[in-house]
Amino acid sequence: MRPFTRGWIWRLTIEMRLLDLSRANGALRRVPTAAIYIVSAFWAAWLFYLAATGGLGVEPIEALEHRYGLLALQMLIAVLAVTPLRQFTGLSLLRFRRALGVSAFGFVLAHFLVWAILDVGAWDAIVADIIKRPYVTLGMVGFLLLIPLALTSNDYALQRLGVIRWRQLHRLGYVATLFAAIHFIWLVKGLQFEPLIYTALLLFLLSLRLRRRKSETA
Amino acid sequence: MARRWTNDLSIADATPYAAYINRRQIMAGAAGLVGATALGLGRANAQELVPNSWEEITFYNNYYEFGTSKEDPANNAGSLTTLPWTIEVDGLVDNPGTYDLTELLDGLEVEERIYRFRCVEAWSMVIPWNGIELADILTRVGVQEGANYVAFETVMRPDEMPGLRYPVLDWPYREGLRLDEAMHPLTIMATGIYGRPIPNQNGAPIRLVVPWKYGFKSIKSISRITLTRDEPFASWNRANPREYGFYSNVNPEVDHPRWSQATERRVGAGLFAGRQPTLMFNGYETEVASVYEGMDLAAYY
Repeated sequence: MRPFTRGWIWRLTIEMRLLDLSRANGALRRVPTAAIYIVSAFWAAWLFYLAATGGLGVEPIEALEHRYGLLALQMLIAVLAVTPLRQFTGLSLLRFRRALGVSAFGFVLAHFLVWAILDVGAWDAIVADIIKRPYVTLGMVGFLLLIPLALTSNDYALQRLGVIRWRQLHRLGYVATLFAAIHFIWLVKGLQFEPLIYTALLLFLLSLRLRRRKSETA
Repeated sequence: MARRWTNDLSIADATPYAAYINRRQIMAGAAGLVGATALGLGRANAQELVPNSWEEITFYNNYYEFGTSKEDPANNAGSLTTLPWTIEVDGLVDNPGTYDLTELLDGLEVEERIYRFRCVEAWSMVIPWNGIELADILTRVGVQEGANYVAFETVMRPDEMPGLRYPVLDWPYREGLRLDEAMHPLTIMATGIYGRPIPNQNGAPIRLVVPWKYGFKSIKSISRITLTRDEPFASWNRANPREYGFYSNVNPEVDHPRWSQATERRVGAGLFAGRQPTLMFNGYETEVASVYEGMDLAAYY
């Protein structure tokens, strides 16, 4: 491989390694992965409690819907950051990736349920929205794509599928996260930066993977 | 001149100042009402028109010059200087010029108007405005023959409005009405809420209120009024003409391309209240339907 093809990424890797975040790995090993599930569940319940008691402002339905949706997107992006983070900094969160992914799905599910039950609230309107509104359609497809991933996020499924097929299946996560980001851009009014920032971060993380795969096959 | 239209509600129907501080009790009451309607006990108009509390009206705002989240305006709008305030009046008027606000409104009658307020984002409130009929102001400056539209502009002060740093819209915020809409007795220029001066986040010191149109038509903190022959620039309409029409009358049968307009979330009703049906012309069909007689409301949305 010609050295300059891995130019700036290579330099970034070296510089990040100088920080030597891997020293934190020892401490992280002592944190049980269940902590992620517990914090996520508590967080979701706490937001629901706030919404029900006026803590999320005067229009709690949309507020709760958006908080769950945003947390889901942030956690999905966090899952995609685990591998690049390890490559560039040596910090390994691999142990927590499954818990992060399953929790992210939990927030997606909560987001969907608040929208369907507390916001729209009627079957015909839910179906009409999914069919007629492209940003809802896209969000819904993203949600459906994540279901098989959540169902196979366990050792049994990993063994049954085999590592290769399991990895292939879980690449759907890239697509679902991209759909989630576009869903966000699409639903805001006017040109707003927040959804664009998440999308840029996501595309950056995905591009790192593409480069890596290219260099692997080269 | 004023009093062309009379409220079917008075301040007696509004939540008294002392009571709306005690918000939680009111919320519980509202939840009870919504529960009753959900059980099929019918929808009494007067019950629906219980005004929202001061807190709800002033802490849940869209005013993108101060940021795009609902609390941004309440947090950031304090920086806006509203005194002194001048309004430039130009175009097809007899008396153009830069008017001091006090001078422009001097002697005109301030009325209380309790109106439904429906945002294009499908949430709604009921707001007890204090304001002056726009027709009175237009008559004062003298509308000339040939004027068909009224254009409005929001003040543009980058050092006082942090949201102007972002190109969410083509600033300054601009809106417009057809002259007959502007002269309609329901159309007011609001200077107060609950009898108190209108807070900055709600459009101080003076804003338009057109209760049968989506909220974004009711432009805030107006610094310029122009009478024009042709349809004027309207910010949201220009930003996305497919989603936001020039008219933007509240219409449950014409959906926004991205969401349904058939129902709305009533602000303050709580997490479990669900949606309520949106009314044609936001409940002002009797008063304004004749303005649009013979017009295809699906084509001119």
